[in-house]
Amino acid sequence: MSNQDEYIDIASLGSRLKSKSGREYWRSLEEIADTPEFQEYLHREFPSQASEWTDPVGRRKFLKLMGASLALAGLTACTRQPTEQIAPYVRQPEGLTPGEPLFFATAMTLGGAALGLLVESHEGRPTKIEGNPDHPASRGAANAFAQAAILSLYDPDRSQTVTFIGEDRPYSSLLGAIRRELVEQKAIRGARLRILTEQVTSPTLAAQIKSLLVEYPSAKWHQYEPAARDNAREGARLAFGQPVNTIYRFDRADVILSLDADFLAEGPTAVRYARDFMSRRKLTDGNKEMSRLYAVECTPSITGAKADHRLPAKPSEIENFALSVATGLGIATGRNAPPTAHQKWIDGIVKNLQESRERNLVIAGDHQPPFVHALAHAMNSALGNVGSTVIYTDPIEANPVDGVASIKELVSDMNSAQVDVLLILGGNPVYDAPADLDFKKAMGQVRVRIHSSLHQDETSEYCQWHVPEAHFLESWSDARAFDGTASIVQPLIAPLYNGKTQHEVLAAFSDQPERTSYQIVRDYWKAQMGGSDQGFEKKWRRALHDGLISNTALPEKQFALKADWFAGASPSRSSEKYEIVFRPDPTIYDGRFANNGWLQELPKTFTSLTWNNAALVSPATARALGLESKPGKKGGDYISDQIEIEHAGRTITAPVWILPGQPDDCITLNLGYGRTRAGRVGNDALFDAYKIRTSDAPCNAAGAQVKKAGDTFTLATTQLHHLVEGRDIVRSGSLEHYHSHPDLAPEHHGEHKPLSLYEPYKYEGYAWGMAIDLNACVGCSACVVACQSENNIPVVGKEQVERSREMHWLRIDTYYKGEEANPETYFQPVPCMHCENAPCEVVCPVAATVHSAEGLNDMVYNRCVGTRYCSNNCPYKVRRFNYLLYQDFETAPLKLGRNPEVTVRSRGVMEKCTYCVQRIQIAKITAEKEDRTIRDGDIKTACQQTCPTEAIVFGNINDAESRVARLKQEPRNYSLLAELNTRPRTTYLGAVRNTNNDLEKA
Amino acid sequence: MSDNTEINPDLDTTTRPAPVIMPGHTFKSVTDKIASIALGRRTPMGWIIGFGISFMVFMVMMYTLGYLVMTGVGIWGNNQPVGWAFDIINLVWWIGIGHAGTLISAILLLLRQDWRTSINRFAEAMTLFAVACAGLFPLFHTGRPWLAYWMFPVPNTMGMWPQFRSPLMWDVFAISTYASVSAVFWFIGLIPDFATLRDRAKKHSAKVIYGMLAMGWRGSARHWHNYETAYLILAGLATPLVISVHSVISFDFTVGIIPGWHATIFPPYFVAGAIYAGFAMVLMLAIPIRRWYGLEDFITMRHLKNMSKIMLASGLIVAYGYMMETFTAWYSGNQFEDYMIKNRFKGPYAFWYWTLIACNVIVPQLLWIKRFRNSIASLFTVSVVISIGMWLERFIIIPVSLHRDFLPGSWGMYSPTEWDWSMYIGTIGFFVMLLFLFVRFVPMISIFEMRTILPQAEVKEAQ
Repeated sequence: MSNQDEYIDIASLGSRLKSKSGREYWRSLEEIADTPEFQEYLHREFPSQASEWTDPVGRRKFLKLMGASLALAGLTACTRQPTEQIAPYVRQPEGLTPGEPLFFATAMTLGGAALGLLVESHEGRPTKIEGNPDHPASRGAANAFAQAAILSLYDPDRSQTVTFIGEDRPYSSLLGAIRRELVEQKAIRGARLRILTEQVTSPTLAAQIKSLLVEYPSAKWHQYEPAARDNAREGARLAFGQPVNTIYRFDRADVILSLDADFLAEGPTAVRYARDFMSRRKLTDGNKEMSRLYAVECTPSITGAKADHRLPAKPSEIENFALSVATGLGIATGRNAPPTAHQKWIDGIVKNLQESRERNLVIAGDHQPPFVHALAHAMNSALGNVGSTVIYTDPIEANPVDGVASIKELVSDMNSAQVDVLLILGGNPVYDAPADLDFKKAMGQVRVRIHSSLHQDETSEYCQWHVPEAHFLESWSDARAFDGTASIVQPLIAPLYNGKTQHEVLAAFSDQPERTSYQIVRDYWKAQMGGSDQGFEKKWRRALHDGLISNTALPEKQFALKADWFAGASPSRSSEKYEIVFRPDPTIYDGRFANNGWLQELPKTFTSLTWNNAALVSPATARALGLESKPGKKGGDYISDQIEIEHAGRTITAPVWILPGQPDDCITLNLGYGRTRAGRVGNDALFDAYKIRTSDAPCNAAGAQVKKAGDTFTLATTQLHHLVEGRDIVRSGSLEHYHSHPDLAPEHHGEHKPLSLYEPYKYEGYAWGMAIDLNACVGCSACVVACQSENNIPVVGKEQVERSREMHWLRIDTYYKGEEANPETYFQPVPCMHCENAPCEVVCPVAATVHSAEGLNDMVYNRCVGTRYCSNNCPYKVRRFNYLLYQDFETAPLKLGRNPEVTVRSRGVMEKCTYCVQRIQIAKITAEKEDRTIRDGDIKTACQQTCPTEAIVFGNINDAESRVARLKQEPRNYSLLAELNTRPRTTYLGAVRNTNNDLEKA
Repeated sequence: MSDNTEINPDLDTTTRPAPVIMPGHTFKSVTDKIASIALGRRTPMGWIIGFGISFMVFMVMMYTLGYLVMTGVGIWGNNQPVGWAFDIINLVWWIGIGHAGTLISAILLLLRQDWRTSINRFAEAMTLFAVACAGLFPLFHTGRPWLAYWMFPVPNTMGMWPQFRSPLMWDVFAISTYASVSAVFWFIGLIPDFATLRDRAKKHSAKVIYGMLAMGWRGSARHWHNYETAYLILAGLATPLVISVHSVISFDFTVGIIPGWHATIFPPYFVAGAIYAGFAMVLMLAIPIRRWYGLEDFITMRHLKNMSKIMLASGLIVAYGYMMETFTAWYSGNQFEDYMIKNRFKGPYAFWYWTLIACNVIVPQLLWIKRFRNSIASLFTVSVVISIGMWLERFIIIPVSLHRDFLPGSWGMYSPTEWDWSMYIGTIGFFVMLLFLFVRFVPMISIFEMRTILPQAEVKEAQ
């Protein structure tokens, strides 16, 4: 018997027994044994043993067991019946020391590909996620989604039981129902059976579905997810006649042309690509040259912000731009490039690309139509990049299909009443399927609908059967990374809420319905790896340990570009007055993370918005439509006008956000909001862009009608002001300027002599410091969530963000320089500066913030009375005050996810970045035990560890050889607000752009 | 005895040159008039209504404090970056108001300004009550008020002293010293009058209570000798406090590095501001009280006009302070200072800055004109305007400096919540309630000192 067979009734039964005491207890057991509820209870609890009840011999044995387990329930008064022995460690499990964390490798899948992770586990509770240094997609770094997965795991709103039309049911009754349906389907070869999944790269899951399809050959498998890479796949099909997986080698490229590709932020490859890209742009260790990035894009993206040249363009213009560049490179495109206003750009880029043959790459964005992807393939091929900067392999998906076409087919089958049984594994199509398909209505035609998901979401509401899905940290599974490398997903904890993995739900459709996902995954790989039992065991253990299965990366393959590749492309879309750009949300993605407070409160790149999305419009468009969006009075509130957007006969109302750099007449709508059944955190946050997203234009749509709507809407943002006001805050310059002025300092910048009333501190041992390379920072915000997870930072909610009381210890300031239509964007992560002359320390009346012997500015929470003077006097405003009781001390599951090394702060105390002092202490203890000093790299702060571009470096500045000390020797190194004589330990390295003079003059 | 030769034109010049008390009064009439207010059997209806209203407002404060302690300072509008707002504005405002009391009773005593006599008692009471209101804020604005005692240097098992470099620590000493000296000074000054009340009281309970408060005062020459010595010493002690308390309060800001705070001009400018606000408040209280209790004979136009002149003088110092802040910002060439001033002039709170200038700089200039000095209505109005202006000054200094400091990325905005207002208005209720209790049960004008300024007393002294 395992956890999954319990359910809520045990609580009422237990409490009824609890109210009796002592001897009476045993009498009442007999009494209640005769009630119909108890009979029912037994049948549900032990379906396989229910028959024993009627068998006189078996019954006695059964009653003994029953009595014992009921006694346990009565004694402990738990709502959950302990099903396995709980005992203290009498003999300590191998490798586990209480108080010391263990790390396990696993992988997270998002957008169809895996990101390898290492998960920190304290006494069996996963508490922190890091990237897996061995994994090709991670290289030790992670993104915000992976960092926030811990909170999703412990989400108290997750679905907890199998339900049938809203009523709790045991899993066995679902198995029974499936069995009955399968008998029927068997007779018709599964003709009326459909399976809908998200993009599947799990080899085991694919094998399971395929074997199901062998048994039921007329059944169909559909795949759909809103943020899938359908366009890239179809583009490859156009260019090569078959789906092809493209791997870009940014570490080999001198010149990069991005056609609306946000390769630094979007998709599971972003972490790796960001590192590769930045490896060619680091101006450290004597390196003086950088690669060059041109970005043409239809909404401001991280990639555009880091580009040396960025051109905002409406979606319809991007295709023409690509066509012009291709034509310029002498490629037959089958179309005439229309005249463009950006001829200088095109000439400059063409020239630059031709000069750097084989060392450049052209990348098309996932949201661009297949034709643009095919153009990019053709350009890469013509420039000789294939094999050097562009690598082709077979697709990593088990069954690459066009998701929109796939779900279209499913809907039409459902509408014509050809489907009796629909199994939806993951995903939330009722919410996120294209609006014109009306998935919900079509689903009404299906007799039996089964949905497996983490939450009781919009789709679950319309399915009779709902199965709680196990979170990936509770599951055995597998997945492939962008290059095909397979990883085993191993669980860190037994399912908290009786979740079932997709493998287990699929197994219910096989003749071994009770196989666990461990058996399924292991058996699959046993068959794949072959060899003896012992040999397999060894390989299996290695795969689990490493987090990947060696030699599973797909081999490089040559694909010939079709001569007439352009023949099959759909015609270019016409340009219209207003165009709409649909994008997954930067923090809650396609809506699946809507109930994750960390991601909801994570300020979105550029807008710093939290808890809502907004229709992004350019300043010129806002003026033309008479729209206003301005800060309110409370500190974080933003009062925005609303617009009505009508597209394809559907209308939504959305608040606007005026975004510099947004192309004119182009409105960006982020998906993922407007959920109605996301949970307590994510419900009813406006607005749902899916409502106007149709199957013929899922990424970019033309021909929308836009008008100002009546009301204003209050948004919550963490940054109101994005201009530097002529202050020396973010140092930047062109590469040329850097060569002549390596400090990038403003002209009137003088030397500051350190002056202090007090004796300077002496640091004889360690002196901790940090250097942040603004040139490398891409503003992806992974560090912010990593810090939140590591340091038990609470979520405060929209109303408190409106009051400007968010608690993030690390914030990313976004600054614009230059014209509003196309500004340069700079990201500046701001943690505590740990000043030598800390203004906060002097003013605390109770010595709650003090200087440590190693130069840390320590915060003593126990001592803090909360005068907030330190925060007022902090010129960097990095201190955060618990104005109210922000920490949740009540919700049980949330307690499990906290870092036991870090104090959970209560109301009324100040807190701030500690340089992850707990990590410093652990390293010091380890070093002491090994009788050595701490080596450079032993300590990584949470933000540093997760940073994809290694922009943050922490270490001992007393050690001249440490990386941080060497970075501080770089001429680009500068202190923020040095003129205040605070002498910060955190310093910055200025940002450099490798501009092309041909374009500068354009 | 008085060098003040200014002649009040309202008065018959054939009497004395310094008519700080109207003619025709005797020792008995003075004592009767003042003591009867405290000892009167019937409580006036107006008092009951006024006290009832102020008590209700005081209850609003108590409710706010209860909710505050239960919930947290987050019920106020303070945020990041504006860590201090109404809480510290109100602290400084109330402390400033208190200053006039000490100035009148101590400095003017030492300067032998006998016109102070009829107003010093309630000015001191006002000081005490204002300090009581002020003291609530530093206590309850902390995140964990139940631990605020850590700010006192109490020997403890944690082995921790306060952090003496912090201006907040200096505040603790400055305010607690100020409060205790003011209380003792006030009480000692009351002892002879309590004895008078004890002797004149008819009710037994009043006799007992006033008797205890009189501490065995019998009016012997020895008593008077000790009294005079103690009172002078205390006046000497209180005098530097007038300067020091608000200077120390201003250190909260000047020691900080925020543009708009970090200015050397603050201590004198704050002291002048405190006197300015304090006299405005004394006028605001004196005008209705002398009217309601028919004390026009004791608090004469002379008093009101002298106070208005002090107000005008201190107001000019404050105006100079504003000018110097602006000048220094420009002259320093420091971009942060420069922006701070521009932000005051043109930023989101510019309206309040200009309102402050109107209230504190422009309107008080009317006091140059004799007609306005002679009009009770205009004096009262100007005092109200100055009180508002001085509150706005602290608003401009505290949240407006904080909301835009060094890094534009961390700039914010501030707006108070209903709880900020309920706390502020609640303390006004507390203050007024205490004043009502004071005027009912304590002689609000010093009886024995009033007697010394009667012409009859003068004669005696001449002998």
